[in-house]
Amino acid sequence: MSEAQIEIAKVVFRRGQRRIFDDISLSIPKGKIVAIMGPSGTGKTTLLRLIGGQLRPESGSVKVKGLEIPALSRAKLFEIRKSMGMLFQTGALFTEQSVFENVAFPLRIHTRLPEDMIRDLVLVKLQSVGLRGASQLFPAELSGGMARRVALARAIALDPEIIMYDEPFAGLDPIAMGVIVELIKTLNHVYGMTSIIVSHDIGETASIADLIYVIADGKVIGAGSPKELFEQDSPRIQQFIKGLPDGPVPFHYPAADYEEELMRDRNTRTWFPF
Amino acid sequence: MLSNLRKIGQFALVALGTLGRAGLIWFQAIWRRPRLANLPLVLRQIYQLGVLSVVITVMSGFSIGAVLALQGYNQLVKYGSESALGLGVALVLVMEIGPVVSALLFAGRAGSAMTAEIGLMKATEQLSSMEMIGVDPLQRIVAPRLWAGFISMPILALMFSVVGIWGASLVGVDWLGVYEGAFWAAMQDGVDFQSHVLKGIIKSIVFGLVVTWIAVYQGYDTIPTSEGIAAATTRTVVYSSVSVLVLDFFLTLVMYQF
Repeated sequence: MSEAQIEIAKVVFRRGQRRIFDDISLSIPKGKIVAIMGPSGTGKTTLLRLIGGQLRPESGSVKVKGLEIPALSRAKLFEIRKSMGMLFQTGALFTEQSVFENVAFPLRIHTRLPEDMIRDLVLVKLQSVGLRGASQLFPAELSGGMARRVALARAIALDPEIIMYDEPFAGLDPIAMGVIVELIKTLNHVYGMTSIIVSHDIGETASIADLIYVIADGKVIGAGSPKELFEQDSPRIQQFIKGLPDGPVPFHYPAADYEEELMRDRNTRTWFPF
Repeated sequence: MLSNLRKIGQFALVALGTLGRAGLIWFQAIWRRPRLANLPLVLRQIYQLGVLSVVITVMSGFSIGAVLALQGYNQLVKYGSESALGLGVALVLVMEIGPVVSALLFAGRAGSAMTAEIGLMKATEQLSSMEMIGVDPLQRIVAPRLWAGFISMPILALMFSVVGIWGASLVGVDWLGVYEGAFWAAMQDGVDFQSHVLKGIIKSIVFGLVVTWIAVYQGYDTIPTSEGIAAATTRTVVYSSVSVLVLDFFLTLVMYQF
């Protein structure tokens, strides 16, 4: 395994009373496509926000390129974020700017390039996601898949070393999904970007990931290449991979006893007819 | 009894927490080296918040000036002192009604829009993505709006007063027949820049700061759902209106000491 670009060690993170991460540790090697998978609500997106420094862990260490993220000053944090790109689930494009201006935004902010060079760079990035022709459209005029591709072009505008995808496949039609899968692969191979994919789409993710971490209940419950993972006989991982509705990961949200709850409260019902 | 005390304590803690977060936002947005590169953003916000509020401010100023003249005339004429009409209207407008009413209008027109805009940016993860691009939304989104409010408010208040005085002169002089010389001369004699106009300007600067601060904070701290944004927008208008009126009393109290 090549050197780790991101090291997460013994992280505890709590939201209100709920422990999202309980002593979680994982490392993300440089230049690989790493997938973080698990049922919804296990804090996969939270993990990306911890890496990006938008959230701070209660304890433990989050290191990116050897720097301890939670300890950085606000200014240093914004500095290191230049080397990270993030694709948000909704795209999160700036609605009052055109597609062109959206992609140009990071370049205008962080570089002093002349206007014609910015234009060329933006067109190159848009070409790589196949949307050069849409450069004058506004975000409201784009389909979901297109918006995500524009967001991707924006995320790679500064040629980051690390790119994080938050549910890149969610809510896309099969064709758009195929396009995004290809793009993620190409970006990784061509630019050598370390890619982190947070997803619960087994098929697509397994087809491109070099390494998969499966998390549940705030811990890593399985790790390995897709092949290794499919061969593991841990019932929890098998349940997740095969998509069984019930198993070690329960179908039911924790609740009081079913029969008891149905029988209770007959007399205390309010006067509302519904 | 004990549970009531606990509730009061809880409320105080929540209020202090809110104030602390709002203060932090304000501090980080404005006090941390304002950047010259953000000037175009400030100008754009002055247009959005200030220039676009001119029409409503001018129209309200005119109506209020006219009403003041009408009411004032009917009272003053009983004592034969209608020549003081210009002075009275000008003082009331410049010191009280100009700053206060234009701030209330500003809160309703610009403040609510600001909260909704920033709240929606938060809900659609635009603020988050800006952070991940390495741009501080406090610098890029919040600071220009705070500056724009700070700059626009006194100008709007002055416009309000000027148009109000013009409306009063139309009603008082041109319609009701107050002697023109007396109307303007009393105003010229009685209204002093330092002791009247300046106090009004100081008031409106404070109101501008408070209203934009509340609006920006409510937007930035909103719960990113449709109900959350609706509630935050309402809170902006309610909190800033009440703050303007309460602050007006205390500012007047303090200013009379000088």
